[in-house]
Amino acid sequence: MAGKTLYDKIWDAHLVHEDTDGTSLIYIDRHLVHEVTSPQAFEGLRMAGRPVRKPGNTIAVPDHNVPTWEDRAKGIEDEQSRVQVEALDANARDFGIHYYPVSDIRQGIVHIIGPEQGWTLPGMTVVCGDSHTATHGAFGALAHGIGTSEVEHVLATQTLIQSKSRNMKVEVTGQLPHGVTAKDIVLSIIARTGTAGGTGYVIEYCGEAIRALSMEGRMTICNMAIEGGARAGLIAPDQTTFDYVQGRPHAPKGAQWQAALDWWRTLASDDDAHWDKVVTLKGEEIEPTVTWGTSPEDALPISATVPDPDSFQGGKRDAARRALDYMALTPGTRLADIEIDTVFLGSCTNGRIEDLRAAAAVLKGKRIKDGLRAMVVPGSGLVRAQAEEEGLADIFRDAGFEWRMAGCSMCLGMNPDQLAPGERCAATSNRNFEGRQGRGGRTHLMSPAMAAAAAVTGRLTDVREFTSPAPEPA
Amino acid sequence: MEKFTTLTGIAAPLPLINVDTDMIIPKQFLKTIKRTGLGVNLFDEMRYDDNGDEIPDFVLNKPAYRDAQILIAGENFGCGSSREHAPWAIADFGIRCVVAPSYADIFFNNCFKNGILPVVLPQEQVDRLMDDASKGANARMTVDLERQEITTPSGDTIPFEVDPFRKHCLLNGLDDIGLTLEKASAIESFEAQSAQSRPWV
Ligand code: SF4
Repeated sequence: MAGKTLYDKIWDAHLVHEDTDGTSLIYIDRHLVHEVTSPQAFEGLRMAGRPVRKPGNTIAVPDHNVPTWEDRAKGIEDEQSRVQVEALDANARDFGIHYYPVSDIRQGIVHIIGPEQGWTLPGMTVVCGDSHTATHGAFGALAHGIGTSEVEHVLATQTLIQSKSRNMKVEVTGQLPHGVTAKDIVLSIIARTGTAGGTGYVIEYCGEAIRALSMEGRMTICNMAIEGGARAGLIAPDQTTFDYVQGRPHAPKGAQWQAALDWWRTLASDDDAHWDKVVTLKGEEIEPTVTWGTSPEDALPISATVPDPDSFQGGKRDAARRALDYMALTPGTRLADIEIDTVFLGSCTNGRIEDLRAAAAVLKGKRIKDGLRAMVVPGSGLVRAQAEEEGLADIFRDAGFEWRMAGCSMCLGMNPDQLAPGERCAATSNRNFEGRQGRGGRTHLMSPAMAAAAAVTGRLTDVREFTSPAPEPA
Repeated sequence: MEKFTTLTGIAAPLPLINVDTDMIIPKQFLKTIKRTGLGVNLFDEMRYDDNGDEIPDFVLNKPAYRDAQILIAGENFGCGSSREHAPWAIADFGIRCVVAPSYADIFFNNCFKNGILPVVLPQEQVDRLMDDASKGANARMTVDLERQEITTPSGDTIPFEVDPFRKHCLLNGLDDIGLTLEKASAIESFEAQSAQSRPWV
């Protein structure tokens, strides 16, 4: 019999019941909740008179609708957003679940604060009413997004009815060239596999280039598993993972830490495991990458030009035409000649401390292009505090960036931070869909360092023009 | 989910075909944070004029039908979007049973998830119940799910078909959550074992 993948192992460890048709009841270790997809689920519990089964394993935070300006004490202007946040306040209180309100310094994007607080641990099952729950897979946790009725199901039963996905391996070999980051890896993977390439699979990312990434970088990769069609992405836990987790507020301590570690070390795919699909990329060949269209798969190296729709086959030809029309781009234009109006640095993809450091390293001592609007939105209050302590906030402010409070912000247009129609944005978030950042807004996805470089020049820019390779460590 | 066993109440006639989900609950009411409270906006555009005043002619505004619990309707009831707000609004108004010759598929499924029994009957029988329902306050009917029959105001019974599994769920008030909770002992033993093997979770 073939060995097991990491996904197989976590699945087996959480199987409560399996029907003859393969429909399975899977136990959920952590349930993360935010304000937009949860109100009706809590309402459902109230109507049925049901409690939350494991309030201690349920963590809530408002992030999508919250304004990110500094004076948040004055409250939320938009009535419906305010009502949703107030509903979460009340639900968290009434059902006794862990809660990080807007006023708490630990508040932030749900996928940033889960790992930050040590709620996310290797080998766990993690769900949230949000498709970017895949982020937590960076810890070797099986993590995916669910709908509102499933949110209610998990609140009430701590389980989810599931059918098993297939196994896909994405291997990134070798070492990354200078200036290339996790974001460039994941955009390159999606450009290769397409946005539906992972549909029906759980992806495990592996290989030397992935192993070399920090936890922040691994989270960036897994965050966008969903953009490649997979419900979940995984990276096997290793010393980098354990070092990140140890000492976090909700991580195990003492004897339990040792016991946990013993199990976590077994969480790797067996050498003889069966893979239904394998994709391999060479790390050396990946370049700083940006998107040109309205799908995350529309990604190319910054040295490329806007493609001709006629170079595509089938339905993609029309889609590319429509995308270029929406993005107001002409085939043959050098990507590095595309001028931007706005820079958005943040989101659950790239709103962590390392992301801010990478951008600040490019910005230090420089100014953003005149007339440009640029904002940094730390992924959590703690990331913000740390960045202030490290002096990064000053670098951003001196460069002309707005220094904001934590939240989803301009990743999606549900709060006051939005693009105006026709505005073009260099963004570190994960979706460049039509209207995602505001009606008529145009989004180019890229890494934090690339977004910082674009802020300085006012156009999409190869970050390698700004930085020289670090000297080889002695 | 609320159980459905037998229901005796006023039946309101709505002799229209293709009643879509926008008619049942218009989109401006979808931004709510609740499933409840939608009853006042059920059939909003047919029920209220531009000033928000009731249109006296609409069936649910007539004194005899203000407390209707059964709705008799035309074919293809509930077509349009998948919004679960449609059955939420119907249930919140107090209607627990709809009788029609046919339904849109998603709406039909959504009814069962929300404790509403959608009965399918041949056109002639729906026509007959439509006549009965038109008798105003005398339009009391009984829907017996266990026996799968409707008793008309005159005392006649009309049998109907229902999927056995869905019948079981409605009779026992079981939704997905209810069904999963039937496996509560499996969940409990998983949790007990997990407390041993992974106490840090
Ligand atoms: S930052 Fe963007 S992608 Fe992440 S949870 Fe918020 S809205 Fe979703």
